Amino acid sequence: MLEIIRKQLVKVYDYFTLVAKAFKGLFYPPFYMSDVLLHMEYIGVQSLPIVLLTSVFVGMILAYQSGFAMAVFGAKMYIGTLVSLSLVRELGPVLAAVVVTGRIGAGSAAELGSMVVTEQISAMRSMGTDPIKKLVSTRLLAGIIMIPMLVLIADLMGILGGGFVAYYTFGLAPTFYKKTIIQTLVVGDILMSFIKAVFFAILIMTLGCYAGLHVEGGTTGVGRATTRAVVLSIVSILISDYFVTVILLKMLPGLAYGG
Amino acid sequence: MIELRGISKSFDGVPVLDDLDLKIHDGDTLVIMGKSGCGKSVTLKLILRLILPEFGEIFVDGVETMSLPERQMMDVRKKIGMLFQGGALFDSMTVWQNLAYQMLEHTDVSVPVIDQKITELLHFVGMDGSQEKYPNELSGGMQKRVALARALIMTPDYVFFDEPTTGLDPVTAGKINRLIIRTREEFGVTSVVVTHDIVSALTVGTRFAFLDSGKISFYGLKQNLRETDNPALREFLKDASWQERY
Repeated sequence: MLEIIRKQLVKVYDYFTLVAKAFKGLFYPPFYMSDVLLHMEYIGVQSLPIVLLTSVFVGMILAYQSGFAMAVFGAKMYIGTLVSLSLVRELGPVLAAVVVTGRIGAGSAAELGSMVVTEQISAMRSMGTDPIKKLVSTRLLAGIIMIPMLVLIADLMGILGGGFVAYYTFGLAPTFYKKTIIQTLVVGDILMSFIKAVFFAILIMTLGCYAGLHVEGGTTGVGRATTRAVVLSIVSILISDYFVTVILLKMLPGLAYGG
Repeated sequence: MIELRGISKSFDGVPVLDDLDLKIHDGDTLVIMGKSGCGKSVTLKLILRLILPEFGEIFVDGVETMSLPERQMMDVRKKIGMLFQGGALFDSMTVWQNLAYQMLEHTDVSVPVIDQKITELLHFVGMDGSQEKYPNELSGGMQKRVALARALIMTPDYVFFDEPTTGLDPVTAGKINRLIIRTREEFGVTSVVVTHDIVSALTVGTRFAFLDSGKISFYGLKQNLRETDNPALREFLKDASWQERY
């Protein structure tokens, strides 16, 4: 039992060491800007269609479900308030992060894991290159830049999706829907969405890379590492979301009352 | 010269190297032989400090490397070219990018000069015109030849070959063996070849070490190899019927 605990603690230590080295790698040359741009394209541009699609439908579902429930109390004019707050504060960052985890976290784990198995990481080190700087720091920077952008786009598209349902299903005028959203959302809400997105980006990129770089057991290990990266990232996103929310609401007390 | 003193290394509690001493003299092609899993490749990785030993010291050109900061160790690694068992070419890069990688990373040499050097090295390994190919478009033997060109790009003092002929047909293995000899002759490098292929060992080696039970149990020239009374080595050599060939 003690041995299992010791091994888990070693893994936690290894993970935080990797995170520290990845951040440190952002501050001294070479900066591998072409690699960063490639990762930005892969993380941001290529994830955009799926993030757009899921966020629009989540906004629509939210408006549809809440609309019927609120109509019972004669409160369907608050659909915009509920949709925008739910999306910007919670669902936008979390859902975009989960979608990106499926694409990017798994992809990083698989790619780096394959590089470990085929000794490409060892080759890189033998050639005097720091693989963490070249492979992890570049992905981390690209993720920190692109994932918040994806989240802000997801927030916007979800609100638009909700507006579509609010108009066609519940007959709310678009101008009224827009007005309730403007009255509801404050800068703090957008800030919360952004901070969460940055935090989730760090989790997704580092956990994916950690799982890939610590592959054990050849090619079957790559499959296990990919699964581990996705599961760990999603669980970490959901658990940390609670704590980040509590901390941010304490730091920005006005938000606790819905702006 | 590279020297290993009292090196011990274990994996999951199982000792692989036990108080190992070894010297690699300049200009030699030292062949480290031994059964699969006896720690031959581990020895190379320890010299490059890709893994760390539990005990012992390693000196590269008189510099003790175990206590060096990582940044300075990177400079030591630049003196050593390594041909990994599977080639370990970066599969997301073309042959040209694989070869240029180290020069772009560590030097300010212009692209035309790098291009010229790559052309020369690809000619040396018999892979002319393969600059734009990706590793998955090459056979195993071709990948090893490109990997050798990559190992030589920085004109290293030492080149390590990890099982260079494993998994290759006899004709391709012969080509690789001739390349190892030409590498020593034309580039003047000190080579270390890790192999359990005795034909390859005897073809390329100028000095031989036999790794058994975590220690070097034999160290000497080809002549000493023929006359050895080391039972484990005699058994190892007998299985390959090397005496009939040579």
